[in-house]
Amino acid sequence: MKLYELTAHELNEKLTAGEISAQEITESVYQRIDEVEDDVQSYITLTKEEALEKAKEVDEKLANGEEINPLAGIPVAVKDNMCTEGVKTTCASKILHNFEPPYNATVVDKLNQAGTVMTGKTNLDEFAMGSSTENSGFFITKNPWDLDRVPGGSSGGSAAAVAAGEAIISLGSDTGGSIRQPASLCGVVGMKPTYGFVSRYGLVAFASSLDQIGPFSQDVTDCALALNCLCGHDPHDSTSVEREVPDFTEALVDDVSDMKIGVPKEYLGEGIDSEVKEAVQSAIEKLEELGATCEEVSLPHTEYALPTYYLIAPAEASSNLARYDGVRYGYRNEEANGLIDMFKLTRSEGFGDEVQRRIMLGTYALSSGYYDAYYLKAQKVRTLIKQDFEEAFAEYDVLLSPTSPTTAFKIGEKSDDPLQMYMSDLCTIPANLAGLPGISIPCGLDSDGLPIGLQILGDHFAEEKLIQVAYTFEQNTDFNKRAEL
Amino acid sequence: MKIDEATVDKVAMLGRLELDEDKKEEMTEQLNDILEYADKLNELDTEDVKPTAHALPIKNVFREDKVEESLDREEALKNAPECEDGSFKVPQIIDNDE
Repeated sequence: MKLYELTAHELNEKLTAGEISAQEITESVYQRIDEVEDDVQSYITLTKEEALEKAKEVDEKLANGEEINPLAGIPVAVKDNMCTEGVKTTCASKILHNFEPPYNATVVDKLNQAGTVMTGKTNLDEFAMGSSTENSGFFITKNPWDLDRVPGGSSGGSAAAVAAGEAIISLGSDTGGSIRQPASLCGVVGMKPTYGFVSRYGLVAFASSLDQIGPFSQDVTDCALALNCLCGHDPHDSTSVEREVPDFTEALVDDVSDMKIGVPKEYLGEGIDSEVKEAVQSAIEKLEELGATCEEVSLPHTEYALPTYYLIAPAEASSNLARYDGVRYGYRNEEANGLIDMFKLTRSEGFGDEVQRRIMLGTYALSSGYYDAYYLKAQKVRTLIKQDFEEAFAEYDVLLSPTSPTTAFKIGEKSDDPLQMYMSDLCTIPANLAGLPGISIPCGLDSDGLPIGLQILGDHFAEEKLIQVAYTFEQNTDFNKRAEL
Repeated sequence: MKIDEATVDKVAMLGRLELDEDKKEEMTEQLNDILEYADKLNELDTEDVKPTAHALPIKNVFREDKVEESLDREEALKNAPECEDGSFKVPQIIDNDE
């Protein structure tokens, strides 16, 4: 048994029982990083020195008989689009290659207060735009289950780190599925909380009405512990919701007998691999065996979610990324002739292809003469998508679907066709448009031995129901496997 | 064809991007593919539908009008490519032909 193989709650038990130290846990994770990081490439920046110092602090508290948070001493990786004071935060982009934030994201502060040990900053699709982490401006992260395949994206580094044992928990961001989809492809648990339930302060903005931060973990219990740490109102985030935070560990109940589960037919139709469908059908049957009522339901506007997203998200992104101009931080083209020239050259050299494509698309959708046809139309369709969910949740506790239409695809397989890549988020995008919470948990392997993810969606602030269904499924199956490396 | 190269040029200027010929050609093709895909939304009658900009209700965030701690000037300038006398420094603005 290696310490990096254990979950946070297992490590916490050993830590508080005095069987192990936080420094030993941290050393184990870094030893694992040394072993596999050259292959997997989860991390952009490692923070070993600071990590060992923090672990030592936790050990001193324990030695003093002080009570510690359940996450104290646990190695946590942070996606490199969340600001970390004094630690580079690049968004996997040349334009921010040298950016050292002067402040922490609220979620980073919360993790620090809980006594977690930050292991480093993980790789992502540049500015969180992508579904494979192939759009990173630095290097491609590999899927620990098959190094020839993608880990998913945009939080591919965070998902891969947990799947490979290079972090016990990690943080990702999810704008259109960027937590859930890589969780599915890497066979780990990934949770997107309700929009506004976790602060976005210090998360580098991609699409502000869609972005959310959430955890990756090895099991549902750790996910609940992470949510306990992350959720809550933050005055620094103007869209943060003022709402009492429950103790999510109280939702770790092995029982779905009163649950009414909807299965949207649109998520099991065309475009979903047959093995993914089979695994999800088996999961539904298992939950029925366990006492849940499962029924087919329709969300008729599902097919419009993807085109809606690919108008709204780029529109918001084109505004958000206007701040990268070479003036205050980041890359600047030094040979430019004049200010406008500096803007253009800085941005054209600093941003990768996918980011430029979305800036172009968003600028066009918002521009004079096209706004009504594209952006406004998309916002209206967003209303219809949201209404579909409202009607469904009036009848059902949760909805079940595949997380991803496919298992992990080969590196390079989809990168030449933007539309085909965008299809990777078919099942996850609607939840972002409606601001809903969603969790992905492993529910099987395909014939190539690659993980398949089950997505559970809930109404706003129904995280506890998601955790309960996910926990029950997890306790009664054996799909929480570790990739062999 | 929804968008031609002249429009791509205009949009690139609005977005402060510079695209070489190859990239412009590729971008034009890709944007057309995506916009044609987005045309699917026109299957829906949204005449009486209100737009949703945020999925959950949001409200203005106010606070008392008093001075609070904010980012220190030195820290704000720390990442600047170039600064001078406590200010960000940029290329000359006046007499620019654009």
